Amino acid sequence: MSIIDQIEKENMRYDIPEFRSGDTVKVHIRIIEGTKERVQVFQGVVIARKNGTMGANFTVRKISHGVGVEKTFPLHSPRIEKIEIVTLGRVKRSKLYYLRNLRGKAARIRERGL
Amino acid sequence: MPQTIGILGKKIGMTRMYSEEGSAIGVTVVEAGPCYVLQTKSVDKEGYNAIQVGFGMKKESRVNKPMAGHFKSGGQGSFYHVREFRVDDPSQYELGQKIEVADLFKVGDIVDVTGTSKGKGMQGVMRRHGFAGGPGGHGSKFHRRPGSIGCSAWPGRVVKGKKLPGRMGGKVVTKKNLTIIDVRKDDNVLIVKGSLPGAKSGLVQVYTK
Repeated sequence: MSIIDQIEKENMRYDIPEFRSGDTVKVHIRIIEGTKERVQVFQGVVIARKNGTMGANFTVRKISHGVGVEKTFPLHSPRIEKIEIVTLGRVKRSKLYYLRNLRGKAARIRERGL
Repeated sequence: MPQTIGILGKKIGMTRMYSEEGSAIGVTVVEAGPCYVLQTKSVDKEGYNAIQVGFGMKKESRVNKPMAGHFKSGGQGSFYHVREFRVDDPSQYELGQKIEVADLFKVGDIVDVTGTSKGKGMQGVMRRHGFAGGPGGHGSKFHRRPGSIGCSAWPGRVVKGKKLPGRMGGKVVTKKNLTIIDVRKDDNVLIVKGSLPGAKSGLVQVYTK
């Protein structure tokens, strides 16, 4: 194994639950404001997962006060306290960028059983 | 040339790490050392104080005879790369002495790294020297050219050092004031914040400050 693979393996997080595009998740993010630290929860639909080792990330989209908000998180970031899975969604593609053009009822995602 | 001791290394590649506050930093992984002292040079004999070190084991059969004789004094085998480091007191180094990463560096140190940049071949003035180029559209016929390169009758020639198209890259480049993120003693690995000159598996010299 190359040294880089080894270093990445040591720094990667293995406590992240399995989730995919279409799932609704709650991301608990640690936010540092000056000296204070607090946890913010960002709940929304995972619209993309970009694979990789240390550079892997995922994008969560939610509608906040009628405005679409998207946040992209590095999967292995220590700032992520935890990720909770709310619902599992059944979708037919891996990148759900089409949700950006849909509103309300049309933007619903069918649930997926386990 | 920096007047400090350093270590020879091989650039392995880049990855990402997180600082204690949780911000992502791009880092370069360097396989650094071990290096062995092959020769010590002093003011009295060679005119300057330095040590010569070797890095990267080479098969005995691939070494030519003059170099084989030179490597014999170190007694630690033969090497692909031989470089010098200027030091104040070469007498404190012995022939064949092993220099390891953990001897010279610790986490948080500031270092300079020298390497040979990637060759980019023949390039124009915009890429090579950062010229602005022309407007591109609106009837303009002046796009990526250098423009005027001098006057007419006087001086009647192009001034020396005029920036023009030509070979770019493949030069010795030093990146200064890089922070060491991690030193892995067992793997002989040094992890430096930011990018380093040159391609993967290229030779780099890491200088202490």
